[in-house]
Amino acid sequence: MDPLHQFQINPILQIVIGGYDLSFTNSALFMVIVVAAIYFLLVNGMKGRALVPGRLQSAAEMFYEFVANLVRDNAGHDARPYFPFVFSIFMFVLFGNMIGMIPYTFTFTSHIIVTFTLALTVFVFVTVLALIKHGMHFFSFFLPHGAPLWLAPILIPIEVISYVMRPVSLSIRLFANMMAGHTMLKVFAGFTVLMIGGLGGIGILPGLVPVLLNVALTGFEFLVAFLQAYVFTILTCLYIRDALELH
Amino acid sequence: MPNLLAPNPMTGARLARWSGVAGSTLATLTAFAGTVLAATAEHAADHGGEHAGGLPQLNPASFPTQIFWLALTFAVLYYLMSKKALPRVAEVLEERQERISRDLAKAAALRDEAEAVMASVDKSVADARSQAQALVAQVAAEIEANNQARQSQLSADLAERLRQAEARIATAKDEALANVRAAATDIAQDIASKLAGVDADAGKVEAAVAAVIEERR
Repeated sequence: MDPLHQFQINPILQIVIGGYDLSFTNSALFMVIVVAAIYFLLVNGMKGRALVPGRLQSAAEMFYEFVANLVRDNAGHDARPYFPFVFSIFMFVLFGNMIGMIPYTFTFTSHIIVTFTLALTVFVFVTVLALIKHGMHFFSFFLPHGAPLWLAPILIPIEVISYVMRPVSLSIRLFANMMAGHTMLKVFAGFTVLMIGGLGGIGILPGLVPVLLNVALTGFEFLVAFLQAYVFTILTCLYIRDALELH
Repeated sequence: MPNLLAPNPMTGARLARWSGVAGSTLATLTAFAGTVLAATAEHAADHGGEHAGGLPQLNPASFPTQIFWLALTFAVLYYLMSKKALPRVAEVLEERQERISRDLAKAAALRDEAEAVMASVDKSVADARSQAQALVAQVAAEIEANNQARQSQLSADLAERLRQAEARIATAKDEALANVRAAATDIAQDIASKLAGVDADAGKVEAAVAAVIEERR
């Protein structure tokens, strides 16, 4: 009945290292499943190396070309070396979101700590990339080109804050969308149970309304699951472009 | 590759901002609804006190394990993708691209060859046609010349025969005339001697007859 119960982290194998609880949990299990699924899709799919691809190979190539186009269009041609990183991010988030659509699974992207760690990885990666590419010149990024110097005391703090807030907005967007969608499905399902429980046999008819709503919401959730992975990836690409070009 | 979501930086950023706002609002609302429902549920049915209330997401006790396993799995994923999976996909795609461009080049070469053959065929047809035309013209000219030669020959022949005939006619006429003159002279002499009993001088009679013939002519 508790719509938040689905987000509960349950240890499967207790592991404590150096005082830290690093248990293998349901969340970790689904991370492993996702990595295995992606690996299976790509490596098994491409095993045939067919000139005319089959189903699995088509899917693998489609993902590859989709992300490759995304990187090329949004991060530029210089971003080619970072394609594997962007691809890993996209596949990890997409599969994490999608696998959560299967009942009784766990959606690890609905946990802020996971999305924040991912976003922080992107943030650190992009910042280090910019520092390596441009050195100290990187800090000119915080004063927009052509802005009058007397505006600097106002502009620089704003730019710095908006830059530092990137991982926060990136992670909250994904986590909030995933958690909200999944909670909503559970809440509506809960209404049906409450109605039938409260009204008995008569409750079946009004209880159908949330069920129908849930059907629509499930479709919507698939869209959100894809869209959020897409948004996360496209923002990663845009950040990489910023790091490479320092507009 | 056509895709519904145009990979345009502006749209991407706007989409991100919009979905962020929508998501956060939705999250707040549903989290609120969820906590209310959870509270009632916990109140109604004994849940065994499985979690200490609030969002499981905000329980710091679960953070180390999630960070650890995320780092581990993502690192493994990145390794597998960058070292194994993606190079293989790239290889296959490149191979296909190569094969396609090779086939296209081959097709273009074959097309060029076919065009060359076609051109040579066209050329030989044109050559044969002009040759035939020349031959026809030559034959026509020969026939024409032949005709002309025969025509002139024929007309020359005819003229010759005409001339001979005319000559023959002229001699015959002269002969006849001479005979007539001699006969007329004789007859005139006879008439003169018989009727008038005058022995006309042969020379005078002949001259008179000649004068009359001249007159009648």
